[in-house]
Amino acid sequence: MRNRLSTFVTYLFLAVFAIGFLYPFLWMMSGSFKPDFDVMKLGLLSSHLTAGNYALVFDRIPVMRAFLNSLIVAVAVTGSVVVFGGIVGYSLAKVKWKGAKYLTVFLLFTMTLPFQLTLIPLYTMIVKFGLTDNLLGLILPNMMTAVSIIMFRQFFIAIPDSLIEAARIDGCSELGLIFKVVMPLSRPAVLTVAIITFLTSWNDVLWPLIVIRNRTLMTLPQLITVFVLGGEAESHLGAELAASTMLAMPILLLYIFFQRYFIQSFISSGVKG
Amino acid sequence: MMRKSGKIGLALSTPYLLFALAFVVFPLLFSVYLIFHRWDGMSAPVWIGLKNLRRLVSDSLFYQSLLNTLQFLVIHIPLQIFFALIFAVGLNSIKIFRGFFRAVYFMPVVVSGVVVTIVWLQLYSFDYGIINNLLTQFGLPRVPWLVSTDLAMPSIAIMATWKNVGLYTVMFLAGLQGVPEEYYEAATIDGATSFQKFVKITVPLLAPTMTLVVILSTINGFSLFVEPFVMTGGGPLNATLSSVLYIYNQAFSFGHLGYASALGFVFALIILAAVLIQRKFLETE
Repeated sequence: MRNRLSTFVTYLFLAVFAIGFLYPFLWMMSGSFKPDFDVMKLGLLSSHLTAGNYALVFDRIPVMRAFLNSLIVAVAVTGSVVVFGGIVGYSLAKVKWKGAKYLTVFLLFTMTLPFQLTLIPLYTMIVKFGLTDNLLGLILPNMMTAVSIIMFRQFFIAIPDSLIEAARIDGCSELGLIFKVVMPLSRPAVLTVAIITFLTSWNDVLWPLIVIRNRTLMTLPQLITVFVLGGEAESHLGAELAASTMLAMPILLLYIFFQRYFIQSFISSGVKG
Repeated sequence: MMRKSGKIGLALSTPYLLFALAFVVFPLLFSVYLIFHRWDGMSAPVWIGLKNLRRLVSDSLFYQSLLNTLQFLVIHIPLQIFFALIFAVGLNSIKIFRGFFRAVYFMPVVVSGVVVTIVWLQLYSFDYGIINNLLTQFGLPRVPWLVSTDLAMPSIAIMATWKNVGLYTVMFLAGLQGVPEEYYEAATIDGATSFQKFVKITVPLLAPTMTLVVILSTINGFSLFVEPFVMTGGGPLNATLSSVLYIYNQAFSFGHLGYASALGFVFALIILAAVLIQRKFLETE
């Protein structure tokens, strides 16, 4: 009896907080279809549903272009981080050379560096290279990360050497080994690195705000920040919510289908990072 | 053989070595250079010795942003640990719907901070916000969440907890699932209550995760940018001016790149010191 009561209380407690986490998102989505005078109501339904908010957003800012920019940057960064992370991680885990130890120590050292340290110097470099208002300015400094290399290294170490020796004897080149043998055996690590990198890139606002000023080159979160702050939304709440719904939707859809992988990625990268 | 593999190792690592030279080592050296220079980003940097650092030591906004971050952390970290722990224990004790609840709690973690900030800006609104509307329905007074200098930073800390607590919940949950069932069974035989089991078995075994939560939250607090940038612009009266927002303002609103770089350098040292101290104290326990 006592046990049943405590189970009930646990479920009730968890359900109340689940509503607390879900409601703001539902309110945002429903608000994006409401006229302004209805937005601030608690209820999620309205008898005056409208697509006008979305029309306003599309009219004022180049949303589709920004979506494309974000996608280009996030895909390029993720691809590069995975490929180079795999190559360098392999050289640290499975190639016996003296430098491996020093490079690993260096990578662990760079992982501890707060980004505040190099934020301004990096910006000045981007200016010197003439990469402001250029998507390359968003991609280049993020093409490799110490964390991803270390994560691949940890994962690769567990792969038996005999397997790699066998492939070498069969005449497989080192690069072929990495992409045909080692990486396919390391799908969880690839997935973890890819998911974390993609999300970090997609959600970043600070660096785009610094590097990009031209509206047609802005990333989606950046454009929407500027839209809300710059007064273009003219304090139309519905339009602001429509913009943020568009920003949230792609990630939420991915999350709904792959939530297990998302959560697993964060756990493994957090524990090791 | 060794010689050949030495060449291979070096060749495979070369892309990263070049990258690190350009985007890690050089900026690091350049940040040290900038500390001693005044620079607007266009004309040649001017050597000014220790002036940037002297200015920083007497800059009230520097201390303000540091105190704001501290205020954020003092509220954010305990809230985060408390709720993440009870969520994790709750989730660990149920069987049906565990995955569902876990997914819901984790959802704000993956969504952009811009989305979360825009939504909470409306929720917190003084006159029309849903939170204040709810409060008035219960006969309570409206709360000046973001307009009062005393409450603005705590409000942001609450929002940040809402956004991040799912991450720490799943970390604690992973930790809990690694606790061997026998520990609890043995304690039950010895007549321990649920609370005793929680304090004597669960909490100590989760200590490493807790250290991680404290460190990650601290780094998070010092990285706070988009939340005050969108919600308050650092106000009211600089009450939510975060360290990164202050660096951003100095660099891009006032064009003081040298000084902004010096600020970044000092904040980075403070973060490193804070993390080291936390490691030392929390890991020996």
